[in-house]
This record gives sequence, structure tokens and C-alpha cells, in this order.
Amino acid sequence: MATYNLKINGKIRQVNVDSSTPMLWVLRDHLNMPGTKYGCGIAQCGACTVHLDGTAVRSCQLPVSVVGKQAITTIEGLSAKGDHPVQKAWLEHDVAQCGYCQSGQMMSAASLLNTNPKPTDSDIDAAMSGNICRCGTYLRIKEAIKSAAVK
Amino acid sequence: MKTTKTSYSSRRSFLKSSALAGGGLMLSLSWFSKAKAVDKLQELNLPDQWSELTAYIKITPDNVVKILCPNPEFGQNVMTSLPMIIAEELEVDWKAVVVEMGPHDNTKLGPQFTGGSNSVRMYWKPLREAGAAARQMLREAAAQTWSVPVEEVTTKGGLLIHEKTMKVAKYGELASKAAKIPVPKDSKLKAPKDFTIVRKPTKNVEGLKVVTGKPMFGLDYRADGMLIAMIQHPPAFGMKLKSFDASQTLKMPGIKEVFSLKLYEDGFEQGGFDTRTFNELLVVVGKTTWEVMNARKKLKVQWEAAGDTKDTMGGRRGKKEVTVPGGLESTTAQLEKMAEWANKPAQQLRKDGDPETAFKNAAQVIERTYNAPFLAHNCMEPMNFFAHVTDEKAVLAGPLQAPGWVEPTLSKLLNLPADKIEIQMTRMGGGFGRRAYGQYVYEAALISKKVKAPIKLIYTREDDMTYGIYRPMYTATYRAALDANKNLIAFHVKGGGIPEHPIHANRFPAGAIENYLAEGWEIPSNITVGAFRAPRSNFNAAAEQSFLDEVAEAMGKDPIEFRLELLKRAKENPVGKNNEYDADRYAGVLTLVRDKSNWKKAGVATSGNEKYHRGVAAYFCHNSYAAHVVDMVTRDGQPYVERVFSAMDCGIVVNPESAKNMVQGAVVDGIGNAFYGALTHKNGAAEQSNFHNYRLIRHNEAPKQIEVYFVENDIDPTGLGEPPFPPVFGAVANALYKNTGKRQYNQPFKTDPEKRI
Repeated sequence: MATYNLKINGKIRQVNVDSSTPMLWVLRDHLNMPGTKYGCGIAQCGACTVHLDGTAVRSCQLPVSVVGKQAITTIEGLSAKGDHPVQKAWLEHDVAQCGYCQSGQMMSAASLLNTNPKPTDSDIDAAMSGNICRCGTYLRIKEAIKSAAVK
Repeated sequence: MKTTKTSYSSRRSFLKSSALAGGGLMLSLSWFSKAKAVDKLQELNLPDQWSELTAYIKITPDNVVKILCPNPEFGQNVMTSLPMIIAEELEVDWKAVVVEMGPHDNTKLGPQFTGGSNSVRMYWKPLREAGAAARQMLREAAAQTWSVPVEEVTTKGGLLIHEKTMKVAKYGELASKAAKIPVPKDSKLKAPKDFTIVRKPTKNVEGLKVVTGKPMFGLDYRADGMLIAMIQHPPAFGMKLKSFDASQTLKMPGIKEVFSLKLYEDGFEQGGFDTRTFNELLVVVGKTTWEVMNARKKLKVQWEAAGDTKDTMGGRRGKKEVTVPGGLESTTAQLEKMAEWANKPAQQLRKDGDPETAFKNAAQVIERTYNAPFLAHNCMEPMNFFAHVTDEKAVLAGPLQAPGWVEPTLSKLLNLPADKIEIQMTRMGGGFGRRAYGQYVYEAALISKKVKAPIKLIYTREDDMTYGIYRPMYTATYRAALDANKNLIAFHVKGGGIPEHPIHANRFPAGAIENYLAEGWEIPSNITVGAFRAPRSNFNAAAEQSFLDEVAEAMGKDPIEFRLELLKRAKENPVGKNNEYDADRYAGVLTLVRDKSNWKKAGVATSGNEKYHRGVAAYFCHNSYAAHVVDMVTRDGQPYVERVFSAMDCGIVVNPESAKNMVQGAVVDGIGNAFYGALTHKNGAAEQSNFHNYRLIRHNEAPKQIEVYFVENDIDPTGLGEPPFPPVFGAVANALYKNTGKRQYNQPFKTDPEKRI
């Protein structure tokens, strides 16, 4: 067990956990932030995607010990009022079916738009293909990303 | 086709009114008072304020209308569409409505079952009646208050109006009075032409919660003092626990207990959906998920062959013992066994005319065999459930499609009466049929009882994927007899599976061909199966619709025209009895998709510089009709479905926005499973365990365009979640044939992702 002071959604949060604990479980079990989802535990589905200094990473493969001073952003901190362009576009396109994967989808999409404000279809495919949607909402996700890009 | 039977004992009992409210407050208002949009994220917990009008509707004095959704939500958007049906008849402003998932209470809220594409079709009439009854009660309350005839009280957007005296009141003002009026019978329902909410594209009421990551799912559930539990199941079907050493596990941080858990005692009478694969499991209970996951790896376990085992199955026809064969099965051996069984005599399921003679006299016989593997449901949210069981009561919460089916079994397992069992229905991260089987709920309940604490049982992805309850493994051999003039004179299908056959004997093309034979056979297995999005249909539509494509080609006919000719026969002069489908509605989706996709020549289409290889398929299931045209392109040597045209007849479409989403999702799901889906076995063990070796369709493999068209009619809603899924397989197979020149007989179609087929 070790104590970590983590910068999450702009606040410093202290946790006392084993150094191997993935950020996914630190968020979900220790900090009661369940917006970040468990899907596979092996970085294959993207449900656990968060931002590490603005870049999308799979939190199931991110041990708490390597985070250091890097800032973590989760779906709960993507915007204060649920009005990030990606969140608004997701609502506009009524993207979700079951909704379980969508936190991860939106975090990947927001990260993509940070670095590439006008992505092409193939840019979107490349950035988003690590995020599985079992309900098959890919088409709406793509449309939503394009809408968010012009906002 | 049998219509849906609802089994609640007294329909009226769940329309019962009860006056919960304190006094309704009279507010001044004007004709133009608009309902304020309710903050959908705000929790409206005002028990003293709610007046209950029928079990589904609660209204506050300041006119907030709360509608309870009776059915569990797994992404089919019932939390929006079912309340829309009530709101329509209640005549309220949709913006003023807040929706809440109802409690599990079959007496008050009806069957509360999500599955079989049933939610809207089974609740359509009861919910309309509930909305209309509540509106009637409000009108009565207004009539009494104003001393005017009830016939003269009209409603609009949550207002009660008496035009002659210029009196207006908000529903909320009279709700407490209305709640004391007995629920009327046979309130008049609106004509479909007057609908203002139903048929209007409406956003998901939980959309904002989804995009802000609010806790909604079972896996997000928390309670004070809650522990985390995980199971360790045998590594292969046909194995069982022999012995274990938990000493190392118990030394790990955070671990509370390790024990073996028997689910059903010998002779326990299982309900129809109490399927379980392994009856004895190891359980690790600890403080946090990561600690339990790691500690579980330290278990030292000896497993042994289970041998033949017995299940005692309950049911309407009484108890029966079912033998589950022992042995460690492998896919190669299963395929060989299926090929062998395909040549044995089978059970006749339907026969019209004299197929034997027709085949004997045929000028040409086309015979093709199709195979498909087990499929895992792979819900994105793995199986999990919260349970807190004490001697007095049980509180459970989690993702479940059929709480009413698990309750009787829970009651027996826990020795608690049903009214001491509370099941909260959380939003499900997918279901696809898997969550109709509640063995994980029972496991959670028994674990909580044993450790005397609130626990959350969590399956890892690997636990989930290797546990069983799969789509069965199927095969079918189709034969068509053509005469010298290339007329189709006989049709034969013989289907089998492990452990059940796929045949729907009374569906198209039965009824359209003079000489027809359908047969089925089944091989028992210890690999457990369960309903998977459009059970059996999801295989039939692949096989039959590929076969019909091949037959049309042999006859020199356009595949759509060929099907339409058969349907014409089925309509004008149907063969045999018990044909399940309506030939007109079936033909309707085919002509709609033909027109919308601009189908001219079979097999090819162009758009600008792009050339597509196209395939078509249609299918009937869950009382609905679906047809797709898929257009395929080749990129980097690989075939991809680039665009899809879908036609759907599911009667009245309650919410066109989510209905379109469902059809698009079914198309993507169908392409994914047709191309990649497979769960195979070696020595009893599943060969796939997570998404690195069980391939699901991804963004770059999904179509770029999916156009969805609904047949417009005033037929009461029929199924939607499942029907568009099965024919995708057939349409993909038929487009692949045009793309690669090879017919597809074995799923999945892309067995090697690196290679062209």
C-alpha cells in the first residue's frame, strides 16, 4: 500500500492503494467515480478510456504508480455541466443505446478533437477503432464527432 | 401466429389508483401557461407531493408528471418509448414528464420482462389504457370541482379545460382529487391519426445521464459496507471442482473469505430460465475489485471430470429429470458429429404435398449445407449483481431482463417469501438475451447470505465469455427441386444443432411451395445455451436467405422478384396450415427496400465512381418484417459493407429516433457476427476468453451509411429489437458471393482476418 496524490478533474485526490492498482479501479472503487467503465481489463474495448494530460489512455492498463503529476480527466470531469461539444453532439445525435461504452467513446472522441479539430472519416476510424460498441452505434458516433468538430 | 399472451392475473390490478398525496395546491394559471422543461438530472424525491393515478403515473401539485417505466432497459430505449405511450393518452406535455424506472412489482406494473422483442407490443394496450384512465379520472375531478358535465371537460398539454365557463386547471391542481376516483374501465383511446407524442422522434430520457457518466448500471451500484465477490468456475465444460487450497489467497490484502458454493441442491426444481453451467463454484470475497482479482489468481484448485449429471426441471408439465452428458467437447468433433447426425432420420416438423416424389422426379436438385458456431453474447457490462440478504429480507440490484422469472427461484433458494425480496432494475450494459438467465443473481444472493454482508458479484470478461449460455451451434441442409422448366416444385430443410435445432417450420417459404418438408434433430451437450438476439432466426435467416439466393440464380431469376413470386403464391393460394407470416407485409418490406436502394440489376450498384457488390435478404420474426440490401466494396483486398438500405414493418413506430437507432445497431451487430462471431471449444474449454481473440466489429469495419425505412401503417406495434438482425447475415452472405465469387456456407465468413476469403 502507498499513498498517492492524484490530480483528477482539476482536484487533488488522495488514495492509499497497492501500487499495481489500475486507475480504472482507483476511480471506480476508491473514489466512487463509476463513469469510467470496466469492459475487458486488457485494453481491447476502450470502455475505460480517460485522459492523461489530455491524451486518451486505457485506465485498465494504467497503474496508479505511473501517473505522478500528470492530470487525469474522466467523463465526470469532461465538462462542468455536461456541455462539452462532444457531449452535446452525443445528445443531438441520440447516440446511445445501452450507453455502457459511451463514456469511453466520448473520451476517445474528445482526445481526437483536441489534436485534430477537423478529422476525416479515416482519422475517426483510426482514433476510434479501439473503442467497441456492442450495440453498434458506430455510425452515430461518427456523425456526432463530425458535429462536435464544427462546434 | 399466436399473439402475445400477457399472463398477469388481473389486468385491472395494475391500473389501480391510490391516493398518496397531500392536498393539491391551487395555482393561478393562464391559457398560455407552458409546461416547464424538467431538469432530468434532478432527483425528484417528493413522496408527500405525488398523487398516484394508476400504478404508472404520479403528478405533483405543481404539475410535474412522473411516469414509471415498467420494463428493464437494456438499450432498446423502453425508458423513453413506454412512457411516451402513457403520455400520449394522458395528454401531457412531454417536456413536463420525468421518467423513472419502476420498482419490480408484477402485480402493479405487469410482466416487466425485456426480451422476445416484446416490451412495446405487450405494453402497448395496457399503457394506453393506463394513460387514458388517468386522463379520465382528471376530467372527472375537474367536472366535480367545477360542477360541469364531464363530457364537456377537455384536455390539452397537461391542462383541464372547460370552454363554456372559461375554466382551466393544471393536472397537478386536481391530481389529489383525481387519485381518489375509482379507475374507470374502457376509457376511450385516441385514434392513431391524433397522436402527438407517439410517432414523434424523441430523445432518450437518460441521454444526459449517459453522457455525463452518472452511475446507472449494476456494476456502478454501491452500498455501505459492500464487499466484492468473484467466482472461479471450472476451466472447461464437463469439469467440476475436486478440491482447493485457498491458503495463499487468504494471505492476500483485503481478502475476507474463500469458499465453495453449491448453487442448486440435488433435485432442486429449476425454472425454465434457471440455466446454470457449473453447479459448484469457488468464491473469493474481499474489499475491492482489484484485490479480489489478484487474490483469485493464487487459488490452487484441482478439477475433475464431472461425468453425466442430472438437472431437475420444473414446468407446467411437471417435474422432469434431464441428463446432461459428461465429456470434454471440441469443435472439430462437434462438426463431425453434426455431419453424421444430419444423415440420420429426424423429427418431422411439417410436411405439405408429396416432397419425396417431387424430389425423385426433379430435373435438378440443389442441395447446400450451412454451419454456424456457438456465439457469446458479450454484453459490454459483464454479468454482475448486488445482493444483501438477511434472515428477514433480500435486497438485490443489477442488470436483469426478467426479474419476475428469478423471483420464485430466489424465494426457494433463500427460503424467503416473494414479498421479502426486492429486486431493483438497473440500466443494463447490453443484454441480447443473456440476462434472461439469472444464475448470477442466485450466486450473488447465496454469497451474501453466506458472508452475512452486502456484496457485489462481478464477473470478469473472461468469466463472462467462458461461462456458457451461448447461441447454440447450428447446421441445416436445404434442398430445392426444380422441374425441366426450372420451376421450384419442392423444398426440404433438415436442421440440427447442439443442443437444439433451429427450424421454424411454419415460416416462409412454407406456405409458398406445393411440396415442402421440414425436419429437426438435436444433440445433447454440457455446453449451455440461451436466447441470443432472435434465437434460431439469427441462423435461419443466414442459411435460408443464402440458399434462396442460390436457387433464384439457378432459376435465372432476380432474387427479389423470386421471393415476391413465392409470396404472391403464399397470399393467393397458401399451401398448408399454420403459416405464421403475413405474405403482404413480407412482400411490403421487399418492395420498399427494392425501391429505396434503387435495385435494378441483381448483384451490382454504382454511385459516382464507387462500384458496389450487393446482396439482399428478408426475414419474418417476432411478428415483424425486415429486409436489407447491403452494398459491399473492397478496400486493401478486404470486403467491407459500405452502405445498407433497410426496410422494416413493425406496425406503429412509437419512437422513430430510437427505432432507427435499433435497426442501424442490428445491421452493425449482424455484420459483425456474420464476419467474425465464433466461440469454439477444445477439450471442453472455450478457446476465446476476451476481445483479443473473440473479434467484435469495430468502427472502421462498420458501414458508412445505413438508411432505414419503416412501412407506415396503423397496425399495433410488433417486435423491433430482434427482427432486423437475422436477415443481415443472409444479405452479407449474398453480397460476399458477388464480391468474391464464392458462396458462404460456414460462419463466420471471415475466419482469418488477415486473409481474403
